[in-house]
Amino acid sequence: MAEAAIEKTSTIVIRPSRGWVSLDLRDLWRYRELLYFLTWRDIKVRYKQTILGAAWAILQPFFTMIVFSVFFGRLAKVPSDGIPYPIFAYCALLPWSYFAGALDRASNSLVGSSHLITKVYFPRLAIPISAVLAGLVDFGVAFVVLLGMMVYYGFAPTTAALTLPFFLLLAVATALAVGLWLSALNVQYRDVRYTIPFLTQFWLFATPIAYPSSLVPERWRAWYGLNPMAGVAEGFRWALLGKQPPGPLLAVSIIVVVLLLIGGLYYFRRMEKTFADIV
Amino acid sequence: MSDIAVRVENLSKRYRIGGPQARYKTLRESLVDMAAAPARRLRRLGQPSPDNETIWALKDVSFEVEHGEVLGIIGRNGSGKTTLLKLLSRITEPTEGYAEIKGRVGSLLEVGTGFHPELTGRENIYLNGAILGMKRAEIDQKFDEIVAFSEIEKFLDTPVKRYSSGMYVRLAFAVAAHLEPEILLVDEVLAVGDAAFQKKCLGKMGDVAKEGRTVLFVSHNQKAISDLCDWAVRLENGQVADQGASADVVRRYLEEQLGTEAVSAGHTTVVPDPSKPMRLRALTVLDHQGRQAGEVEMGQAFRVRIEYDVNRPTTSAHVICFFHTTDGVNVFGSGDADCSPERLGERKVGRYIAEFEVPPFILGAGGYSISVNLSIPFREYLDRHDSVLYFTVRDTSSMRRHSYRQRRPGILGFDLPWTYVNNEPVQHDQ
Repeated sequence: MAEAAIEKTSTIVIRPSRGWVSLDLRDLWRYRELLYFLTWRDIKVRYKQTILGAAWAILQPFFTMIVFSVFFGRLAKVPSDGIPYPIFAYCALLPWSYFAGALDRASNSLVGSSHLITKVYFPRLAIPISAVLAGLVDFGVAFVVLLGMMVYYGFAPTTAALTLPFFLLLAVATALAVGLWLSALNVQYRDVRYTIPFLTQFWLFATPIAYPSSLVPERWRAWYGLNPMAGVAEGFRWALLGKQPPGPLLAVSIIVVVLLLIGGLYYFRRMEKTFADIV
Repeated sequence: MSDIAVRVENLSKRYRIGGPQARYKTLRESLVDMAAAPARRLRRLGQPSPDNETIWALKDVSFEVEHGEVLGIIGRNGSGKTTLLKLLSRITEPTEGYAEIKGRVGSLLEVGTGFHPELTGRENIYLNGAILGMKRAEIDQKFDEIVAFSEIEKFLDTPVKRYSSGMYVRLAFAVAAHLEPEILLVDEVLAVGDAAFQKKCLGKMGDVAKEGRTVLFVSHNQKAISDLCDWAVRLENGQVADQGASADVVRRYLEEQLGTEAVSAGHTTVVPDPSKPMRLRALTVLDHQGRQAGEVEMGQAFRVRIEYDVNRPTTSAHVICFFHTTDGVNVFGSGDADCSPERLGERKVGRYIAEFEVPPFILGAGGYSISVNLSIPFREYLDRHDSVLYFTVRDTSSMRRHSYRQRRPGILGFDLPWTYVNNEPVQHDQ
């Protein structure tokens, strides 16, 4: 379809593929408008027929923050590196709720789009990617609350705040990387669907959200970066609340995400040909 | 450069059935499989792989379609038609073989793919258009046309979940109909909506074909196939069973479905049934030379001979033959008492042989069936045989064939002389 938009007499060759296939990101680029429309659809549809609408995007991280503040901050007296506990928790909950939501939607995206997969051709990568991107709107809404809290607690943004898009990108990449693996696996093994709630629950506690990464002994801290969301959470706090920079932990996180993402892309492409048959 | 738009070579697709990958499996099953695999592989060593676990939905299918040709694909359910379109649409990969498509492909395996019930008609036009491969600018440009075609202007900003199924389908087809690929793959999309809308869709399909676009068209509507398509391929168990001019392929397909070789010979017999007061015995089509024939010439008269038994004296009975096109349109009926009301009187026991002549230039080229009713009008059917005999009307007139590759569409085959009111062309008033 879109081939002709590039050149008029293009030839499509159809033959069985064997083993690992190229990523063919050019094809995905040709379908960028579809990617846009799929994302747009997910955003439009999200809060249809709800009373609170986009307020849901705020309520979830906000109430989690309150619960954390009461139980971990007030009662358990979890340290927060000298930052008021509510904003300390919310600042990390923000990318976390984005990540958890994006991961969940991306993982179920292929199975949920089976009616598309079996009826029309387009690069299947567009499905999990649009699922991951659609969550950014919620993130934007919830971010406004963070700005309000920063004013309330008197945090002025520094130049470090300019790195925030990078940490957001890291969160998007993490959600996409894991989402690619899980969505492709989910097509074949529906166990994945039931695994995700556990996975995100464990992952939440394995990520420095309710507590600072400084609780982890110094010599192990870099390894903590094996959880890329640790890099994201600490990065957000550093960028907005002026904690010390994440350091080697971040480097480990980036390497992990890049490896996971490349692996996920290739695995996805390899499994792609079977989607329409087994979904 | 060759003029081939679609080249298909030995295209094959194997599906697993009942085997380990038949349905999505759970991780646990997979792990058990993995543990058991070495033992199983050992056991299977030297044995051919089990064929009963797989099925060839498509096997060694080859054909070529030139640019501007309209190919019809027919066959029973499960014969591989949809699999073929899915392979050519790149929805799924072939197991073996090769295909090449030159040009921009649009495929319609269903209408309304990706419609979201929560979105409005307007929003779904954009979403569905994008899914079918249209550019945003292209949709913008055709938006008004699409809305006009769908006849849903008033509900454009209503979520489609509030639409009636008819409105939904109209909108869906409207978007699909405005897709402008060089090569169009269509599967059964005409089997939607009410009769009027189906006509509109068929018309649109006809337009597409006339615009010189290449079309691969899967349908159960045999009239649509023989009207719209230049030639047709019939699939049977995933293989090409027949190909040729679409009308011929459709006719042979119908004959095979009926399972009677008598069909092409223009003759059929019915088992006698003395329990019925009147019973059809045989029906024959005779061409203009009086020979039993499965094919008659459009420009020649032909006769239909009905043989029937009267097993008990019957009064007020009527013998009627109906002519139907192969897709079931009733063209006309003729009864033995139409012109001779006295025949409604008593019929004595015995065997009757009746004939009537169909004048030349009544039926257009195509396939027809004859149904026979022996009945007492407005009271009861004595004996009834629907589509008991098939025959084909051929058009060998070079003039009509000149304007159409295979035949001129149309149920009626009048040969009407035209006259011009003026002998010399009138000059334009400038």
